[in-house]
Amino acid sequence: MLHKTDVIIIGAGPVGLFAVFELGLLNLKCHLVDNLDKIGGQCSELYPEKPIYDIPAYPKILGQELIDNLMLQIKPFEPVFHLNQQADSIKKVKDGWELTTSENVIIESKCIVVAAGAGSFVPRRPPLEGIEEFENKSIFYAIRDKSKFKDKKIVIAGGGDSALDWTNDLASIADVTLIHRRKDFRAAPDSVSKMLELENDKKINFKLGQLTRLIGKDGNLNKVVYKNEDGIGEIEADYLLPFFGLKMELGPIANWGINLDENLIKVDTEKFETSTPTIFAIGDINTYPGKLKLILSGFHEATLMAQKCFSYSFPDKKNIFRYTTSSKDLHKKLGV
Amino acid sequence: MGVIKVKDRDGGVHKLKADKGSTIMEIIRDAGLDIEAACGGCCACATCHVYVMNDKIEKLNAIDDDEESMLDQAFDVEKNSRLGCQIEYTEEMNGMELTLAPQ
Repeated sequence: MLHKTDVIIIGAGPVGLFAVFELGLLNLKCHLVDNLDKIGGQCSELYPEKPIYDIPAYPKILGQELIDNLMLQIKPFEPVFHLNQQADSIKKVKDGWELTTSENVIIESKCIVVAAGAGSFVPRRPPLEGIEEFENKSIFYAIRDKSKFKDKKIVIAGGGDSALDWTNDLASIADVTLIHRRKDFRAAPDSVSKMLELENDKKINFKLGQLTRLIGKDGNLNKVVYKNEDGIGEIEADYLLPFFGLKMELGPIANWGINLDENLIKVDTEKFETSTPTIFAIGDINTYPGKLKLILSGFHEATLMAQKCFSYSFPDKKNIFRYTTSSKDLHKKLGV
Repeated sequence: MGVIKVKDRDGGVHKLKADKGSTIMEIIRDAGLDIEAACGGCCACATCHVYVMNDKIEKLNAIDDDEESMLDQAFDVEKNSRLGCQIEYTEEMNGMELTLAPQ
């Protein structure tokens, strides 16, 4: 599918969202791409319930509240979201850039803004020897089609919501063993009690321990080995589903030919532009002398970046600086 | 000012100056050792996982629910596992020996 817009923003965290606002005030429309299945980046994924105390004018605001408010603030500008997909590659085209996502969505724009935080969220992979061989054959980090698990021996590892939800879900169609390092779970209380009930009724097995080794051949799992205080044990397994949360990595952006400093993107502090003109980087992903990884700094960076995007998109137009308090033109855009 | 000893994943031992008020994660990160600390220290990831190797472990604040839950996302968790961001250095920890957990 091909889309056209003014600015592509990579990353739908707080800074990417606020960029929609600042770009919107300058008549620039945005599409956002994010690898997570939801909007909000780290705020929603890592700390939705944790309070933040250094957002100007909010003595205290929860991670998720901040995102909900930003979504309300940018609503008039009708941003388009492409979630659950990674920004894979970019190609120079006549009038700017063509970006292709991992779901083969193609978006054309004049400017690209990388607001990717600490990178994209990917599943945390257990550091087990030879795990690559089994991945996507008999080890899965996400489940698209559960029918293949029917009547199979499944080992689910982890103690969070994903681990418990899938344990409870697959219990009716498969032989499920849940393995976790302790008997406490950081999951919704309902899921925990359902799982304990299933265990009590012998509908699932629970093992206390941590995975140490995989046994199998040609990508087909046979057994998983675990250890706990009593020693070492084995569980027969056709499939292993590890749920150890997500981690962040820079991903394909590293190959876009932009100057990097370790895993950060170098920008100037006037326009927050990268070494490639019309590609910008704002928020935690960028670096410059004196950089602080704060949401509020990202907001400032987004604001200055937007000014430069305007001049790229409308080279013949003069950008008249106006305040939202008084400008009738801005009020119209905001629908107030 | 005190010193902590940190063993990296290649077995190298580093003596790091430790100041009151910094967390163990910050001391290790600021010394340039390979500790990811993806979330920056708000106990929202488990990438500053360390093992406390000597009896200084008794001087540490007790592990709380938040930290214990985050350790569920770490691997090779042992009895002496901690998240570096949740330990604020105090003088009593002078001489503490740590090992970085595998990544």
